[in-house]
Amino acid sequence: MITVKGLTKRYARNTAVDHISFEVQKGQIVGFLGPNGAGKTTTMRMLTCFLTPTGGSATVAGFDILEQPLEVKKRIGYLPETPPVYPEMRVGEYLSFVGQLKGLSRGDLESRVGYACERCSVADVRNKLIGKLSKGYRQRVGLAQAIIHNPDVLILDEPTAGLDPKQINETRDLIKSLAGDHTIILSTHILPEVSQTCEQVIIINKGKIVATDSVSNLQHRARSGESVLVEVGGRNGNLDPAAVQRKLEQVAGVNRVIAKSDGQKRAIFEVESGPNKSVRGDVARAVVESGWDLNELRAASMSLEEVFLQLTGTEAPAEMEVVAATAGGQKE
Amino acid sequence: MKNIWIICRKELRSYFVSPIGYILLVTFAVIAGFFFWTIVNGVLQVTMEAQLEGEPYPMNINEQIIRPLLLNLSVIQLLLIPLITMRLFAEEKRTGTIELLATSPITDVEVILGKWLAAVLMYSCMLGTVVLDMLFLFRYGQAAWKPLAVGCLGMLLQAGGLLAIGTFISSLTRNQIIAGAVTFGACLLLFVMGWVSAYDGATWATVLSYLSLNSHFDSFAKGVIDTKDVIYDVTVIFVGLFFTARSMESLRWRS
Ligand SMILES: Nc1ncnc2c1ncn2[C@@H]1O[C@H](COP(=O)(O)OP(=O)(O)OP(=O)(O)O)[C@@H](O)[C@H]1O
Ligand SMILES: [Mg+2]
Repeated sequence: MITVKGLTKRYARNTAVDHISFEVQKGQIVGFLGPNGAGKTTTMRMLTCFLTPTGGSATVAGFDILEQPLEVKKRIGYLPETPPVYPEMRVGEYLSFVGQLKGLSRGDLESRVGYACERCSVADVRNKLIGKLSKGYRQRVGLAQAIIHNPDVLILDEPTAGLDPKQINETRDLIKSLAGDHTIILSTHILPEVSQTCEQVIIINKGKIVATDSVSNLQHRARSGESVLVEVGGRNGNLDPAAVQRKLEQVAGVNRVIAKSDGQKRAIFEVESGPNKSVRGDVARAVVESGWDLNELRAASMSLEEVFLQLTGTEAPAEMEVVAATAGGQKE
Repeated sequence: MKNIWIICRKELRSYFVSPIGYILLVTFAVIAGFFFWTIVNGVLQVTMEAQLEGEPYPMNINEQIIRPLLLNLSVIQLLLIPLITMRLFAEEKRTGTIELLATSPITDVEVILGKWLAAVLMYSCMLGTVVLDMLFLFRYGQAAWKPLAVGCLGMLLQAGGLLAIGTFISSLTRNQIIAGAVTFGACLLLFVMGWVSAYDGATWATVLSYLSLNSHFDSFAKGVIDTKDVIYDVTVIFVGLFFTARSMESLRWRS
């Protein structure tokens, strides 16, 4: 559906996108992952014919972005980084304006506007001025705008930015339900989003693709061993962290135990085991049998993050860490 | 064609959902009305004095009222045209909606023509308020409608050129205020350029004076269509819109 060959974009001084090539099959959801300034937006802008590439070529739905931009544009729904809405318009008006712009016939317009409102849950604000909507609602209107003409390809630049957690989940479900009929590329720097919504990931850093693979393969690639976080509590307030550590080290299959924090009441350890060995059951048993409380036991490795950091060689942005940490907690 | 109209309608709406459309209409109507009454009063006074002295003064409404009124208005519009065009592209660039227009199946030329057409229609509404004043003359005097129509056509053509220049300047920046100020400067410059004809003889003075706006308006105001003037105005419109198209194209390179 989408073929990109050696696409390059140079600005006056820096190269934002450097000879990237990839392919996306029909009906797939592809996550475009990279740190800030990696070139995600720039790539998407070239695919949507907003920016002219400095070099290389790409085809979308069989049409070349340089030769037949109008045909390409007809088949793409695009949600830019900031939703392109007019504050002085009402939601319904705006969507029907975009529908007309995308070439919908008068007969289809009304039903498509209704459909998009319904899908993106903005039906209840249909008669409100966009300027008076909250950021999250504006984002939803932007999403509704992208699907209004039922395009073959959806290109979404950080579609969940600025949404509340409930809405993030709804949007992810929406995106997943749109796949199949639509081919979707979405950019993000939130890792759980990729593992939850996408089948395929393209990791990009400093304008270059550092990995293209399926989500499960990528997770597999980094899993050299499992590591488990254990929180141990002592009965009646006296706990000997050193004793706990010794005990944990004796569990079969454990390679290393790192004390994360220790105290009289509770202590946290990171327990690393060899590849493909699950030591969680044994660890739990060891703790409980020694008369301590097992307060918490969860997987510590957020493998996708590790892959990402390993591949891009960057520190995770603060936002990413927070989101990743909470999502990691939910996984168990 | 349909796409041009879609863009144009959206722009026209945005003039009238914000106060700017009404402000422009009222300002123009009030100023035009003021000029109209002072000119009419002046003419009436002269006529009356002439009659008192017993020699009937030949009253020519077109020459004595319409022409000076249109000449005055062609100066006043220099102040108002920047207000019509300044947000056309600058605002879309600032809010990022340009990305929607530029990624929709519609050509840059259609976007530009739609926006320019909306500006011309907005201006026509303003001009319409003056025509209402003038209808008064038809009621109470023997005015000829043809010179009035030619005068309005001249106003429209001249404004069309200035609006095209304003559209171009608006496409250069994401700041409306800058777009407005620069457009005002450009309009003023095109106007005062004609004054160098005082330095008669020198070629550069002749050229500048030919390029200036007002040297191409007077014959319209007299009710005469001069092909030379029409060509000048159409050229300005074309050049303005052409450069807007180039500016939009360069946006695709620099973003
Ligand atoms: N108009 C521009 N002129 C010059 N440089 C630009 C322009 N737009 C982007 N860049 C540069 O290109 C690089 C890639 O930017 P891009 O916006 O594609 O990153 P991104 O991956 O979308 O990042 P983010 O996650 O912050 O959205 C950055 O280094 C940026 O500074
Ligand atoms: Mg971006």
